Amino acid sequence: MLNKYPLWKNLLIVLILAVGAIYAAPNLYPDDFAVQVSGASTSTPIDQRVLERVKRALEKENIAYFGAELTDANALVRLDDSESQLRAQAAVKRALGDDYVTALNLAPTTPQWLTDIGAGPMKLGLDLRGGVHFLMEVDMNEAVKQRLDVYVSEIKTLLRSERLRYRNVTHNRDGSLNIRFADAADRDEARALLRREYNEFVVSEEDNDEGAFLNINLTEAKIREIEDYAIKQNLTTVRNRVNELGVAEPLVQRQGRNRIVIQLPGVQDTAAAKRILGKTANLEFRLEARPDAPRTSTEAYEFREAGRPSANLEKDIIITGSAVSNAQANFDENGMPQVSITLDSKGGQMMNRVTRNAVKRRMAVLFIEHKTRTRYETVDGEEKEIRIPYVEKKIISLATIQTALGSQFRITGLDGAGESSELALLLRAGALAAPIYFVEERTVGPSLGQQNIDTGVTSVQIGLALVLLFMLAFYKAFGLIANIALTINLALLVAVMSMLSATLTLPGIAGIVLTVGMAVDANVLIFSRIKEELKNGLPPQSAINSGYQQAFSTIFDANITTLLVAVILFAVGTGPVKGFAVTLSIGIITSMFTAIMVTRAIVNLVYGGRAVKKLSIGWGV
Amino acid sequence: MSNEKVINFMGLRKVAAAFSIALVLVAIGSLAINQLRFGLDFTGGALIEVEYAREVPLDQVRETLGGAGYQDVTVQTFGSPTDILVRLQQDHTPTLGDEVLATLREGTDTEVSLRRSEFVGAQVGEELREQGGLGMLLALGLVMLYVAFRFQFKFSVGAVVALAHDVLIVLGIFSLLRIEFDLTVLAAILAVIGYSLNDTIVVSDRIRENFRKVRKGSSEEIINLSLSQTLGRTLVTSLTTLLVLLALFFFGGEMIHGFATALMIGVLVGTYSSIYVAANVLMAMNVCREDLLPPEKEEDAELDERP
Repeated sequence: MLNKYPLWKNLLIVLILAVGAIYAAPNLYPDDFAVQVSGASTSTPIDQRVLERVKRALEKENIAYFGAELTDANALVRLDDSESQLRAQAAVKRALGDDYVTALNLAPTTPQWLTDIGAGPMKLGLDLRGGVHFLMEVDMNEAVKQRLDVYVSEIKTLLRSERLRYRNVTHNRDGSLNIRFADAADRDEARALLRREYNEFVVSEEDNDEGAFLNINLTEAKIREIEDYAIKQNLTTVRNRVNELGVAEPLVQRQGRNRIVIQLPGVQDTAAAKRILGKTANLEFRLEARPDAPRTSTEAYEFREAGRPSANLEKDIIITGSAVSNAQANFDENGMPQVSITLDSKGGQMMNRVTRNAVKRRMAVLFIEHKTRTRYETVDGEEKEIRIPYVEKKIISLATIQTALGSQFRITGLDGAGESSELALLLRAGALAAPIYFVEERTVGPSLGQQNIDTGVTSVQIGLALVLLFMLAFYKAFGLIANIALTINLALLVAVMSMLSATLTLPGIAGIVLTVGMAVDANVLIFSRIKEELKNGLPPQSAINSGYQQAFSTIFDANITTLLVAVILFAVGTGPVKGFAVTLSIGIITSMFTAIMVTRAIVNLVYGGRAVKKLSIGWGV
Repeated sequence: MSNEKVINFMGLRKVAAAFSIALVLVAIGSLAINQLRFGLDFTGGALIEVEYAREVPLDQVRETLGGAGYQDVTVQTFGSPTDILVRLQQDHTPTLGDEVLATLREGTDTEVSLRRSEFVGAQVGEELREQGGLGMLLALGLVMLYVAFRFQFKFSVGAVVALAHDVLIVLGIFSLLRIEFDLTVLAAILAVIGYSLNDTIVVSDRIRENFRKVRKGSSEEIINLSLSQTLGRTLVTSLTTLLVLLALFFFGGEMIHGFATALMIGVLVGTYSSIYVAANVLMAMNVCREDLLPPEKEEDAELDERP
């Protein structure tokens, strides 16, 4: 029969709408302002006692709160507004001290049954929520240069040990190495040797009146490897520091070849953030003190990992992190996890000199971080927060020396692959890292974030209202049907964004507004077709059918091409612009469904299967 | 079909062509001479937006900053008179934002609060410019391929010429009026490409259909017929889109102003170009019935059951 949907189609539509409604629902519950407490290190337990201290601190300051709760590794209290949130943070931070990290957060208020099925509200971007966005760039030239310096000393050692006479090894600006030899015979032998020892070298020879030369370039793959290494090293360091900052939901991510994106929602004190992010970590290799060593020549240090007794180390430092050129987690010949460490040649010599006479003793690696601690002092009757920088040194490895070590050695006896990769990461983080610079910074204050949300919501409401009124006036009953579809489209768009945990940004809201204006296009196309068919003398039922049918391929083509553009926008855009591309793409897809399927279902319910004399579809019929 | 009112759009095609060419030339000229006023996203530099508790004279703010030794500073209001935007063409130091804020606080007795602070490195800006340009070219190229595949080569030329026309004119107007071109405007330009394309496809689709359905009549008559049939839809859709853009322009806040402006211009130009530019190119390339034969019968059969 004409204009009747089969039952399954109607049911499918109802099902999709129901799922959409459920997943869009969490957005109706506004987030609470909250203060979140976590341990400064993983060993600090967060339990009922901590929660009680938090409550007492708030009660002492007369700050109203509700919903104090404990989650996996956090304690959380909810507050009435952003002002009391800030006050609460200060009060809690003071009461708990430096062993805990106190961060501002927004706590979702989604009902339990919705959370259980995986529904949650959309995430808000930094421009709506307030916070800091940093883009840091790793100096790759410097990273390659550092590695080349290591090669220079390695090559010199190698040539000397093989008794090949070279004049000098130089490091060129363009990232190549140049070795000058006394004669061509030595050069040729050196060439064969280097080829055998280093498969990452591209070696070429050159003869001129100054002598016999070898030019060495690194392979593209090796350069990539060095870059990856430098990025990973810096990522580890930055992640560690971000944890120290105490941010509720930080994001630290590699972007492209040489950049790191850091997003810290809710953070306002950018100066402190940058101070902490810009700091370097270091390493010290030291021998464990003999039991009979005089007190004055030893120092006791704790382990980074909790629960191990501290160890007494010699004051003398064998080498520092700057001598470490690589640290990699891998497996030994028996498949046991280990960490292979490479030192530069000078570091290797120092290591050898010390460890030769220390076989069967233990060597410790200290991880050194610069941190700050907060104190409160009363100055002129006013309480002031004072930050005191301090250096924290903790042992990350204590292993027995089996034999004299050189520039390459390994740490074995580790407890699983997890431990070896953690240790390698820390070693790399503490080794001399390629320098890193801030190349972009965006801070959005909380008042601006809220204002962006407000103006965004207002413009969606007004834009929607205008379109609804226009469609109703222009297309009468059919306009009303299109309006229902448009409203459903908006709900579906929100539902899909929530399901994908897409981030909503200000340009994203603009995308939603634009979608509202463009989504009716499909209905306009269909309705114009129906009108045309009516003018051509078709009876209403056939006109409806033919209108939907004929408009379909046009709608399809037009939307696919727009979708193509939106996808490109997503690929080339950054940050907020990506948000626009996301809402636009999702909006195009949901609007195809609502404008075609949903309106057709309603039209069929209203007009289908009965005799209709006239359609209420506006002027011109 | 014949009882319908057909407007002789193509009768004015030469005038329209001259008009379009003139507009594009002015746009290119302005882009060459005035250039685009790129925003911070593309040039690099630093920007700080602060809110004063009450209105302060801009000159006073300028003096405060100049007195503190900041060179090349632009100070302007942003949206409201208490909201002030400070731009600095200066190398970034980690504490720049806080220093400027402190300076501003010292220079006045009202309360000053930070709304946002941005810094973009010159290198990052340059890359964004390249990426943006590349994105636009890629969009045009892909569209051309898709239209050639779904329609016919001549249609894809028409569509791409129309898109290039629209983008150039929007860019030209931004350059003429010295409106700042930032990332959101770039997004808007790409959205204009999407929108204008949408329009052009709808018109092309009808032209193709009529070439197959109406067996008599010249190309010009068929194009006129198609344009007349789609005119209602073109105007209604442009109107609803303009309505929401007006809502964005007036209520969406200062940050989204450039975006709304670019899209409004784009929608107006895009509406015009889908009527006059794309169809004009088709005429110029002597599109005819043979270009679109044989009709793809299976497509209709396939689509029967869809909605």
